[in-house]
Amino acid sequence: MSFINYPAREINCKIVYYGPGLCGKTTNLQFIYKKTNPDAKGKMISLATETERTLFFDFLPLSLGEIRGFKTRFHLYTVPGQVFYDASRKLILKGVDGIIFVADSQIERMEANVESIENLKINLIEQGYSLDSIPYVIQYNKRDLPNAAPIEEMRKLLNPNGVPEFESVASEGPGVFETLKSVAKLVLVELKKGGGG
Amino acid sequence: MSFSQLILYEEEFHKINDVLTKLYSETNAKVIFLVDRNGQLIANTGETENLDTTSLASLTAGNIAATGSMAKLLGEKEFTIIFHEGYRDNIYISIVGRRVIMVVIFDERSSLGLVRLRAKKSGDDLTKIFDDLLNKVDSKTEEGVSPFAEITDDDIDKLFSE
Ligand SMILES: Nc1nc2c(ncn2[C@@H]2O[C@H](COP(=O)(O)OP(=O)(O)O)[C@@H](O)[C@H]2O)c(=O)[nH]1
Ligand SMILES: [Mg+2]
Repeated sequence: MSFINYPAREINCKIVYYGPGLCGKTTNLQFIYKKTNPDAKGKMISLATETERTLFFDFLPLSLGEIRGFKTRFHLYTVPGQVFYDASRKLILKGVDGIIFVADSQIERMEANVESIENLKINLIEQGYSLDSIPYVIQYNKRDLPNAAPIEEMRKLLNPNGVPEFESVASEGPGVFETLKSVAKLVLVELKKGGGG
Repeated sequence: MSFSQLILYEEEFHKINDVLTKLYSETNAKVIFLVDRNGQLIANTGETENLDTTSLASLTAGNIAATGSMAKLLGEKEFTIIFHEGYRDNIYISIVGRRVIMVVIFDERSSLGLVRLRAKKSGDDLTKIFDDLLNKVDSKTEEGVSPFAEITDDDIDKLFSE
């Protein structure tokens, strides 16, 4: 649910990075944080365990520039991937405007990817959303690893509907901004239609 | 429906600010701000210069969301007030009109009793303002006017073509 603030001349949107544990969601945010001008970003907040596993969420506010005199501000969130943190994931999905599903390309993580997408669908439906109606893109991450599954295979398994998809190496950067821009654009197009979530 | 977009107009913004300013002076608070349940900052007043209000807004919403889930586990509808006591500053958080979160930060120049008393009254005033605002947004949406209908694909493309 976007928030349009006329007095401040701002559009605020919420984007959530979803995916199985250790697929690279936090790494996406860290890279974006590192590469963004100080005036375009706020502080990055990570609520993590001592072992750096995301406990509740990561949060990064980002400004993308102006449209017709309105500042566009995107609030990026990641969810904890571990199966037992489902309650946290539900909370973070509240009011979401766009979703990036980060898939782990390693063959042995395919089942975890599928499980996580199923979990996403269920949690969205609980809130009256669906993956077909919300701005949604997929990122195939960790393409640099030797045990990465072929893209065609991942597509068949994770992207049967052919939503926009991107290959990435979040730890190095390639694909990170392409993915974000793609979903941000879909969110703005939705806003233009007057859907607004 | 429940996901209708939140749109803030000048008129309500001024009314909201008036309520916050009044509460601010009545309680001797340091900072007061309003946050949407999704973590978006709506308005703030007081000594905000050195405060990361964007982060605070997001964490406040996370805090309320987590507390709400705790309430459900106990069979409560929700906890409408959360209070954090610090060595110097205290944070008083209350849910306003089920949809918005009001945060009052105060130190020893004020007191919990005073904040609680005054915040309740302000909460009622704000509830009314937000009810009116939502009706306004709904009626405009029904007319089928998106405030951003005028933006073009070109505008959107430009945003991404650094
Ligand atoms: N080789 C490789 N490692 C990655 C990539 N992206 C993330 N990682 C690593 O994967 C681990 C888990 O990443 P993290 O972002 O914490 O996962 P999260 O649980 O989804 O937030 C970290 O050690 C990252 O450095 C990638 O594209 N390639
Ligand atoms: Mg993480």
